[in-house]
Amino acid sequence: MADYLYLIPLFPLIGFLINGLLLGKLSRSMVNLVACASVAASFVVSLLLFFDLKSLPPDSRVIEQVLFTWIPSGTLHVNFGFLLDPLSAVMILVVTGVGFLIHVYSTGYMKHDPGFGRYFAYLNLFTFSMLTLVLANNYLLMFVGWEGVGLCSYLLIGFWFEKKSASDAGKKAFIVNRIGDFGFLIGMFLIFWHVGSLDFRVVMEQAPIVFIAGSGLVTAICLLLFVGATGKSAQIPLYVWLPDAMEGPTPVSALIHAATMVTAGVYMIARTNILYMMAPDALMVVAIIGAATALFAATIGLAQNDIKRVLAYSTVSQLGYMFLACGVASFTAGIFHLMTHAFFKALLFLGAGSVIHAMSEQQDMRYMGGLKKYLPITYITFLLATLAISGIPGFSGFFSKDEILWKSFSSANGHPILWAIGFVTAGLTAFYMFRLVYMTFHGKERMDDETRKHIHESPYSMTVPLMVLGVLSVIGGWIGIPHIFGATNYFEHWLEPVMAAGKHFAPVHTAAAESGGASTEWMLMILTVVFVLAAIFIAYLFYNKRTELATAWRQRLTGVHNLLLNKYYVDEIYGAIIVRPVINLSLFLWKVVDVVFIDGFINGFATMYDGSSEFMSKMQTGRVRSYATLFVIGVVILIAYMVME
Amino acid sequence: MIPISAYLIVAAVLFGIGTVGVLISRNMIVVFMCVELMLNAANLALIAFSRALNIMDGHVFVFLALAVAAAEAAVGLAIVLAVYRNRETVNIDRFDMMKW
Repeated sequence: MADYLYLIPLFPLIGFLINGLLLGKLSRSMVNLVACASVAASFVVSLLLFFDLKSLPPDSRVIEQVLFTWIPSGTLHVNFGFLLDPLSAVMILVVTGVGFLIHVYSTGYMKHDPGFGRYFAYLNLFTFSMLTLVLANNYLLMFVGWEGVGLCSYLLIGFWFEKKSASDAGKKAFIVNRIGDFGFLIGMFLIFWHVGSLDFRVVMEQAPIVFIAGSGLVTAICLLLFVGATGKSAQIPLYVWLPDAMEGPTPVSALIHAATMVTAGVYMIARTNILYMMAPDALMVVAIIGAATALFAATIGLAQNDIKRVLAYSTVSQLGYMFLACGVASFTAGIFHLMTHAFFKALLFLGAGSVIHAMSEQQDMRYMGGLKKYLPITYITFLLATLAISGIPGFSGFFSKDEILWKSFSSANGHPILWAIGFVTAGLTAFYMFRLVYMTFHGKERMDDETRKHIHESPYSMTVPLMVLGVLSVIGGWIGIPHIFGATNYFEHWLEPVMAAGKHFAPVHTAAAESGGASTEWMLMILTVVFVLAAIFIAYLFYNKRTELATAWRQRLTGVHNLLLNKYYVDEIYGAIIVRPVINLSLFLWKVVDVVFIDGFINGFATMYDGSSEFMSKMQTGRVRSYATLFVIGVVILIAYMVME
Repeated sequence: MIPISAYLIVAAVLFGIGTVGVLISRNMIVVFMCVELMLNAANLALIAFSRALNIMDGHVFVFLALAVAAAEAAVGLAIVLAVYRNRETVNIDRFDMMKW
């Protein structure tokens, strides 16, 4: 059954090949058609497979399709195969579904760009890589997808490579990701060394036998894999590339740097959940890094003026939430937030793209304002996404975020401090998101007249995806309504089989903590909602009602404001302690080791031979007599030698 | 009976004169003559050994060498003649184009 699983990644690959090989030969509408149709076909197949999977009994919801043996080399035997289980089913639906909408949106957004063929080829290649990543049945194939999305990310961030800042940002993303990949690779080697296989199912089966729960080895593996995740999913300390990635076209930011690629780390950890459950120390690190990143990025988001940068830091912060969820052993909540976040963050970025499009490429919010009446559809959908990300009850973000907060409080791996950080971050999120909304859509119109004349609502190709995502941002969370509302959490049940194996290693008192806390859960939830509403009110006060208040506070807290505006100077610190020494070392290797020693050595030899042959060639006088003389001398020496013998 | 060493000394002296002549002479004809001298010195040595050891092989070699020397003299003189016609000189030091 379901032997058409390979079609899912195949369609975007074909799309990439057509658009890539026939670059410049196809008409614009043809390129758009190929790109969108290939992803749409993948989405349809994904839906069919999802229903296939759903019709199976929960315990046997696994479809594995091995296409061929990829690497048969001694003990290393790697198959090229795809694995569909409830977890990857969620992922492919998000990737192809949101991906399709963003492809459609791109047809409108990139209408006037001459590089549209290249753009859509990259976008399809990305979709292919991402689907390979989430469907792979072993770590190595997953790594291929992992690198593939990294490559596409690089290509698309630097899409407008004539701009120095864009090509720099692309390089930065690629290099920072390489650092993370190094950890991922070592973790993978360790797994292979001890388990003897990279196949997910084998590793999951063997892990309880091979590894000792809580041992240093399994902790090391988990931490190394987590290093890979911090690179790809932009966590402290490797988050610095994501804000710069905003140099790419806005739909790219929506697809790659918000909805799909950056969640690869979360997916990988959820996929490896059994190992993490066996390593409570590693889980704690994941939780702390996640919480710290969530808070850290949210505070930076408070002071940024570039509309896309606010969203970028918001993405980093929300990814922190997902890792916090994973870190408190609630992988389901992490994946749930991944999904809802994909909806509302894609929508936020696309909405921002629509705004930038209307504003003649202006990205600075200080020159916006009052756009509500010019861009009604963008405004309404954007507001829906903002309400979702802020966690207003009823919207998708509320359910996933509340789940994470509750788990970080109640789970055996959780801690009230983790909850408190998540709680504060929720307020900050609401504040900076509404600050963005007020600065962009409300208040005085601060743009110049020339720009104002050109403001227009985006075409249908852009607004329809916005509306679809708007609906999803509202209802997307309804599949995971918490128990205390008396509903069934479908999402948790759906992912149960994937997470079942790891449950054995969970500390025993988890169940007790969760059962006795219904009233606590209500209390925390209401507390969060009140806090969020208060934050929104302050944002309303500061950036709409009485803007002079914001100015006054900014002046009162100049130091803090500058610190946040300059992103805690992290780029500068990294520049001073890492980049500069590396550049100096490279300069030393270049100017001294390479030029002086290596080149000098080679050139010295050449000079020596050059000089000696210059000298020796003088003996070739061309005169027969001198040759004869040398010949005679030689004969004499030879005879003399033989006589001496 | 004259000892073999006497023949060999004569042959050596002849060979030496020939060698020096080849090395110091500028005239192609003279060089050519000196080469003949060296050739005949070798012939003399061969005959002397043949006689002393009472083996006829040396005679055979000498006849062969004489025949070859005759042919070589013909070709060599022809070359010298051709060179002279071309360059109007037989000074061997003028022919030094084959250098670095």
